[in-house]
Amino acid sequence: MRALEVNALGFTWRSLFCHICRLESLGPVVATRMKGRNYVSSSVEDIREERLEIRVSRPPADRVYRAVARSAGAVTLVVMGLIFLFLLLRSWPALRDARWSFLTESKWNPDAHQFGIFALMILTFEIAIVALTIAVPVSIATALYITEYAPRAVRRPLTSLVDLLAAVPSIVFGLWGRAYLEPRMVNLSKWLARHLGFIPIFKVTTNTFAGSTFIAGVVVSLMVIPICTAVIREVFSQAPPGEKEGALALGGTRWGMIRAVVLPFGRGGIIGGSMLGLGRALGETIAVALIISPITDKTIHIIQGGGNSIAALIANRFFESSPFAQRALMAAGLALFVVTLLVNAGASAIVSRSRSGAATEI
Amino acid sequence: MTTITGNWDDGAQVIDLTRSPASMRAHNVSAWFGNHKVLERVSLDISAHQVTALIGPSGCGKSTFLRILNRMHELVPSASLAGTVLLDGEDIYRGPKPVTDIRRQIGMVFQKPNPFPAMSIADNVLSGLRLSGTRLHGRSAHAVVQQSLERAGLWNEVRRRLSEPGGALSGGQQQRLCIARALAVEPRVLLMDEPCSALDPTSTGVIEETMAHIAHDVTIVIVTHNMQQAQRVSQQCAFFLATHDTPGYIVESGPTEQMFSEPEDPRTRDYVHGRFG
Repeated sequence: MRALEVNALGFTWRSLFCHICRLESLGPVVATRMKGRNYVSSSVEDIREERLEIRVSRPPADRVYRAVARSAGAVTLVVMGLIFLFLLLRSWPALRDARWSFLTESKWNPDAHQFGIFALMILTFEIAIVALTIAVPVSIATALYITEYAPRAVRRPLTSLVDLLAAVPSIVFGLWGRAYLEPRMVNLSKWLARHLGFIPIFKVTTNTFAGSTFIAGVVVSLMVIPICTAVIREVFSQAPPGEKEGALALGGTRWGMIRAVVLPFGRGGIIGGSMLGLGRALGETIAVALIISPITDKTIHIIQGGGNSIAALIANRFFESSPFAQRALMAAGLALFVVTLLVNAGASAIVSRSRSGAATEI
Repeated sequence: MTTITGNWDDGAQVIDLTRSPASMRAHNVSAWFGNHKVLERVSLDISAHQVTALIGPSGCGKSTFLRILNRMHELVPSASLAGTVLLDGEDIYRGPKPVTDIRRQIGMVFQKPNPFPAMSIADNVLSGLRLSGTRLHGRSAHAVVQQSLERAGLWNEVRRRLSEPGGALSGGQQQRLCIARALAVEPRVLLMDEPCSALDPTSTGVIEETMAHIAHDVTIVIVTHNMQQAQRVSQQCAFFLATHDTPGYIVESGPTEQMFSEPEDPRTRDYVHGRFG
């Protein structure tokens, strides 16, 4: 039997007590009263106490629903796993051929066994960053307008309108971007190059402006805006009304209240929403494929014609590639899959950990 | 009268340091939420330098009336009102002053403590000034923080952790932080909407002390469900009542002592003696 240390005084009594227990092997003792003090002898408790096992018998309807919900959830995970496995198996020969240079090589020439994801990944991120640079401020402003400024009658229609933007197929954005936006954007590109050319990203080395990272990014931003806006709006609408009233009661303007309460509260949502948008922008395929003039060298001159993304590369090249080049494209797809997954996982972690993501109390 | 002792070395002094407590007068104030009328022609004089308690059972329109006094009522969609509210003789609804200015002069403390949880304690105190475009730095900021927290009776408890977030304080401390935050903008009237109903008796006692302490500097109007509290803290008292399907109105108002010892209306007598409500 273990000795229990409560305090110096209690110890003597306890060792005596343990003695008695051992000698006389008393039954389970939960508490004994000695000299008017309660001693809970937890050493005995630990051994003898029987914990209640609670069994809940679920009604059949509950059990069926549980099973259905659980398997539906499992199917999603299994499909994800299978896709990953499929990509890994199909791209394995290519990956084995390229080894680590797959991550560091900038050229994409699979038939010469010289290919890697490095430049393509950078180009992909360039388009995504252009898209986010436009989409995030627009989304924050839209979300603020909907939650804080718009008259009540307008809120709901406006929300559905933004959501509707997400329902427009990306091929439509691509066609519109190619046929309508691009010829008009070229002039803006020229203007940027002329006046802001001293900044490296706006510098041009060629004379073509069509099919640039910049224009593709602008079109992708339109597809990112609904996702970002939905997440940010949701978080803004949860900003605690008590704090908002507090700010207004101090003589704050609406904008002052937004800066003091809504924006700090929604910071997690803004970051999370932007990252979800990033995930979408990284994977956008057909609109980029339609607009971009594909190159495979890395460049930071986003204004001039020529850019690429992994998804667009796969779409453009897949059916005209040799079997080995197809496997290389699979490997590129795998890289995109992993990066997008990480970005999205990071986004949801940030959203759920932030004050705005958790159900808040204050 | 209040004066802030401190070194206003940044020159740009925006706050009126000699702002004095103001009187208020409500005349024939009615209020609606949509088509539902909640207040019926309420008139009340609120004297400067005094604590006025609004008492009455739940749902009789006390809080609505209080929120009309600093134009918070209009923030509720579908809310509307009629009548006049004067601040030292100046109409706060029809006057030329912008609503932000009105609310700065008539501060408010809410039922549930609502400090900005991510802001530090010091920033919470300064937030009212920042919201109205006054940025203080260094010693002048510190002077305002210290003076406001002292007036709210919180200084000694938080002086060593001014940079900790306001959300980390206990409920009673948070409420006093909210009082300090409201006092920092030097309001002329302070409205308190059941400020102690979410607090334990000890914190309630401290806040009542705080109120007695600041009553010289600022006119206080407090809504309370607690008869003893009304008796302890207020000099003037108004009894609100709403019966079935009729909007709330003032049954009786006057000096607190008289209201509790020899009320004119039998309903007041029943209420203050705890016979209903």
